[in-house]
Amino acid sequence: MMITRRRALLGAALSITLLAAGCGGSDDSDSGGAAAETTVSEADVQAALDAGGAIKVWAWEPTLKQVVADFQKKYPKVKVELVNSGTGNDAYTALQNAITAGTGVPDVAQIEYYALPQYALAKNLTDLNTFGASGLDGTFTPGTWNSVHAGEAVYGLPMDSGPMALFYNKEVFDKHGIAVPATWQEYAAAAEKLHAADPKAYITSDSGDAGFTTSMIWQAGGKPYTVDGTNVGVNFSDPGTQKFTGLWQPLIDKKLLNPVPGWSDGWYQGLADGTIASLVIGAWMPANLESGVKAGNGKWRVAPMPQWEAGGKATSENGGSSIAIPEKAANKTLAYAFLKYATVDEGAATRAANGAFPATTKELGSTEFLGKEFPYFGGQKVNEVLAASAGQVVPGWSYLPFQVYANSIYGDTVGKAYLGQGTLQDGLKSWQDASVKYGQEQGFTVK
Amino acid sequence: MTRRSWIGWGFTGPFLAVFALVFLAPIAYSAYLSVFRTQLVGGTTFVGLENYTKALSDPQFWEALTRVGLFLVIQVPIMLFLALLIALAIDSGRLYGAAFFRISIFLPYAVPAVVATLMWGFMYGSRIGLVGNLNESFGWAIPDPLAPDLILTAIGNIVTWEFVGYNMIILYSGLRVVDTALYEAAAIDGAGQFRIIRAIKLPALRGPLVVATIFSIIGSFQLFNEPQILDTLAPNSITTYFTPNVYAYQLSFAGQQVNYSATIALIMGVVTMLVAYLFQRRGMRGAER
Repeated sequence: MMITRRRALLGAALSITLLAAGCGGSDDSDSGGAAAETTVSEADVQAALDAGGAIKVWAWEPTLKQVVADFQKKYPKVKVELVNSGTGNDAYTALQNAITAGTGVPDVAQIEYYALPQYALAKNLTDLNTFGASGLDGTFTPGTWNSVHAGEAVYGLPMDSGPMALFYNKEVFDKHGIAVPATWQEYAAAAEKLHAADPKAYITSDSGDAGFTTSMIWQAGGKPYTVDGTNVGVNFSDPGTQKFTGLWQPLIDKKLLNPVPGWSDGWYQGLADGTIASLVIGAWMPANLESGVKAGNGKWRVAPMPQWEAGGKATSENGGSSIAIPEKAANKTLAYAFLKYATVDEGAATRAANGAFPATTKELGSTEFLGKEFPYFGGQKVNEVLAASAGQVVPGWSYLPFQVYANSIYGDTVGKAYLGQGTLQDGLKSWQDASVKYGQEQGFTVK
Repeated sequence: MTRRSWIGWGFTGPFLAVFALVFLAPIAYSAYLSVFRTQLVGGTTFVGLENYTKALSDPQFWEALTRVGLFLVIQVPIMLFLALLIALAIDSGRLYGAAFFRISIFLPYAVPAVVATLMWGFMYGSRIGLVGNLNESFGWAIPDPLAPDLILTAIGNIVTWEFVGYNMIILYSGLRVVDTALYEAAAIDGAGQFRIIRAIKLPALRGPLVVATIFSIIGSFQLFNEPQILDTLAPNSITTYFTPNVYAYQLSFAGQQVNYSATIALIMGVVTMLVAYLFQRRGMRGAER
């Protein structure tokens, strides 16, 4: 903004620091190992529900809307304000702003698994052990339950998970005689064939997405991040990473990827008009397609994630969120009641029925869930494919405890490769260097 | 004597209190923040002037500063020249519908920068925007305005569109206060329009031009909204250190480096005041002669 008064100049420069006001004093540095004691019992939670009150929920996951409506119906004295504060990084900026400012902090916030460690480390989240959350052990899939832990502390309840699969527009594939690729080699060939048949159509879109890249490396068996407390390693020269760049670099070079940024208007439009013919993405995608790409109704299908070796069975997680309670939330007890309702109780079933991909073992194993036919996907039993993917996730992956920051500078570094300036491998090297530098500045021991 | 000075304090007190609260206190607090460092591991430590020495050798900060400097020396002269031409045209009295032009050229200033950027962003779109449509309909090959080598120009265009009317009003009001007797005298002496512009109007505009330029210097160093919003449309073209303000924002909210961010903000405040002050001294020197 061109601020046109001299006074406004300093005002603007300083508003940054004003917002920073609440942030200075956190001086505890341990990364949260021991579990907090249970101080709020189930009876207390029930009492809070009966007494009523208002809570603010920041989330972008679409099926929560129905959950909020049901929750308010069940507990008429509780008022839930559901706010979409953006997706991914935008939401984290908004949340960080609120936490830093100390005002307007939501009672419940959707936080993806990769972002949880950063908030947990900064003591921005409530340890849910105060509500006895450790008693929920076994309720969620081991992978997601592991993702919300830092030591013994529980910083969120798993809301969904994102084992990857190939979502494709069957109409477009059929029109150009393209078989559903089972391997990445076939996928690359399909990309070429589709774009040759229709120069406007692309196999997928990618303008550089940190979450996608790390998930692809994960599936290929790469482990670029090693985390042990505050000892952190970053290394993008491992064979898994090279497998991915070996596949993706030629697709960029031959301009076979639609460069429209994900989640933008153009992206939704491309998904609707068939110029983005497929997505390799997390299992939470069906609900997003149904709500965001209405024109695709009946055209889309889901297939297993393409494999590095024919006949292989390896997948990875992409995104997936928990819902957590910020440390500065005003009404934590009601917030926990909502958390539990949405992830464990009735809400979990409601969300699964509306197309979300649950993290609860009960929903994942239920015949009702697996047998559900999705009209949007031409009656396909989508959850069978997705649940199979959930069981094939390559173990041993971890994200950095400052992954939100690392992802925010992905465009500065790896993004250049998508513009033809250097290769993906070069970009990943500079991403690595920048991540290492930041980690060191933040006091981590980085290898 | 004592009594008189107390009355003075009474009058200026309310102003000084507000001034101290909203102006001095934030600066002092920024300065306080800028001598500490807060780490995710290790907490907060006093580091003296370390953040300042770090900023002065930070290539990302320098890149950002160079970029707004470039923006300043190219976009501002173009914008002010356009504003000057329009102000002179409207003031000439020979333009049909001058009032209409005056308001319609000023109107973009009333559009919030966020909305203006979104609007231009859609027009710039080489896939689903106006540029894309033109390329498709006429077989043109307009290069993508949001590509890294053109994006600063694209932002310059948005900013010019937004502020040319505002600057025009400053210059136009400068022209309105010129004594019309001067024009009559010039006409009697046989001066033409261009002579009048050179001998009367331009010298009269020196003050307003200096003011408009200082506003623009400040605005250029403060560039934030336009790149921040275009970032969603062209994430690889706009780095997280595109301008000093974008960098400060990124440091503070993505990097949680509040202390370093405060340092960058303070340095930018000083740089801006310095450049504006030097320009004002230089610009006004001739007027005193």
